Amino acid sequence: MTAIFEVLRDAIGSEEPVALATVVEGPGVGGKLLVRPDEEPIGSLGDPDLDRVVARDALGELAAGTTGVRHYGTQGQANEHDVAVFVESFAPPPQLLVFGAVDFTGALARVGKVLGYRVTVCDAREVFATKARFPFADEVVVDWPHRLLERVGDQLGPRDAVCVLTHDPKFDVPAVIAALRTDVGYLGAMGSRRTTDDRNRRLREEGVTDEQLARVMGPIGLDLGARTPEETAVSIMAEVIATRTGRQAPSLRDAAGPIH
Amino acid sequence: MREILGDLDRWRKAGKQVAVARVVDVEGSGPRLPGAAMAVNEDGEVAGSVSGGCVEGAVVTEALQIIESGDRRIVTFGYSDDEAFAVGLTCGGTIHLFVEPLDW
Repeated sequence: MTAIFEVLRDAIGSEEPVALATVVEGPGVGGKLLVRPDEEPIGSLGDPDLDRVVARDALGELAAGTTGVRHYGTQGQANEHDVAVFVESFAPPPQLLVFGAVDFTGALARVGKVLGYRVTVCDAREVFATKARFPFADEVVVDWPHRLLERVGDQLGPRDAVCVLTHDPKFDVPAVIAALRTDVGYLGAMGSRRTTDDRNRRLREEGVTDEQLARVMGPIGLDLGARTPEETAVSIMAEVIATRTGRQAPSLRDAAGPIH
Repeated sequence: MREILGDLDRWRKAGKQVAVARVVDVEGSGPRLPGAAMAVNEDGEVAGSVSGGCVEGAVVTEALQIIESGDRRIVTFGYSDDEAFAVGLTCGGTIHLFVEPLDW
C-alpha cells in the first residue's frame, strides 16, 4: 500500500486540494486520514465513525482553506473532547491574474510568485504576451482579458486577485466589467488619476453601479511613493494583502493592537 | 508542511529517521500559523521553521528524542511556560506543536 506521505506529496505537487487529519491527543494518537474531494479517504484515525465525521469536516476546512484542531468523541461525537484532531488543509495556491503585458507586468508576476500565487499574464497582443518576456508567470495567455475571465471567472474566489495594468480603455473596461462578475477578492486597475476618472466614467456608462465601482482599487496600489516596476509591484501586492486582511496598512509603529 | 516536503522526501528516500514538528495551535501573538512545520533528521539536519527563530533550537532537541523513542506528543512553548523549557516566545504568545516520527 502506498504510504500516506507519498499520496500527500503527489497531491500537493500537482496542486490538487488535499487535507491531512492527524490525531494529536487522545486514543490512537498519530492516526492519520488523508482526505480529497471525490476520492475515498486513505488511512484511519482508529474508528470508522470518527473517520467518517472527520472526512466530512476536513472537506469543509479544505473548501475554506483553513487549518486547525477540532475535538470529537471517540466515535466522532460533536461537543465531546476525547480526541483532538489536527486538520491541515493544502488548498491549491491562490490565483493572480495580470492583464496587460506591460513594463510593470514582469515585476508583478515575480512578486506574486514570491507570495505563493499562481500567476497568469494575459494580453491580446501576441507580440508582447510571450513566455520569454514573463518567465516567472505560470501561464501566458494571448487573448482579450474579458474572454479569459468568461472561461475561468467562475473559478475565482476571495483568495484570488485580478490586476488590470493595460490602462487602455479598449481593454480595461470590458476586463473590469468581467472581473466584477466574479467573486475575486481583489480587483485593481492601474492608471493615473485622470485615467482612473476616465475609466470610471466609461464603466458607469456601461451600467456599472457605484457599489460595484467601490470594489475596484484604482489607481492601483498602496501609497508608498513607488516608482520602479519592482517598487510598484510591492505596492500592489501589499494592497492585495491589506485587502484580504481588511487592514488600512499604516506603519505598525503608528498603530496599536495585535500584529497578527 | 508544504515547504519541507522536498526535504522530507529526500531524507525518507535516503532511509533517514526523521521527526516532524507541526504548529497545531497558536494563542495570542505568534509568528507562524497552524501548519507551519519543521523537520529534523537523525543526523541533526533541519528543514523549515515553526516560529521566528525563538524555539527552533529546543525543537531540534525534542525531535531527536522523538526519533530515539518513537513517541508522539504535543509540546508547548509559551511566555508563561516555565516548567518544561527554558526557552519561550519573546512575543508573548503560546504555540502548541505536535511532534512525531515520519513513519507514515
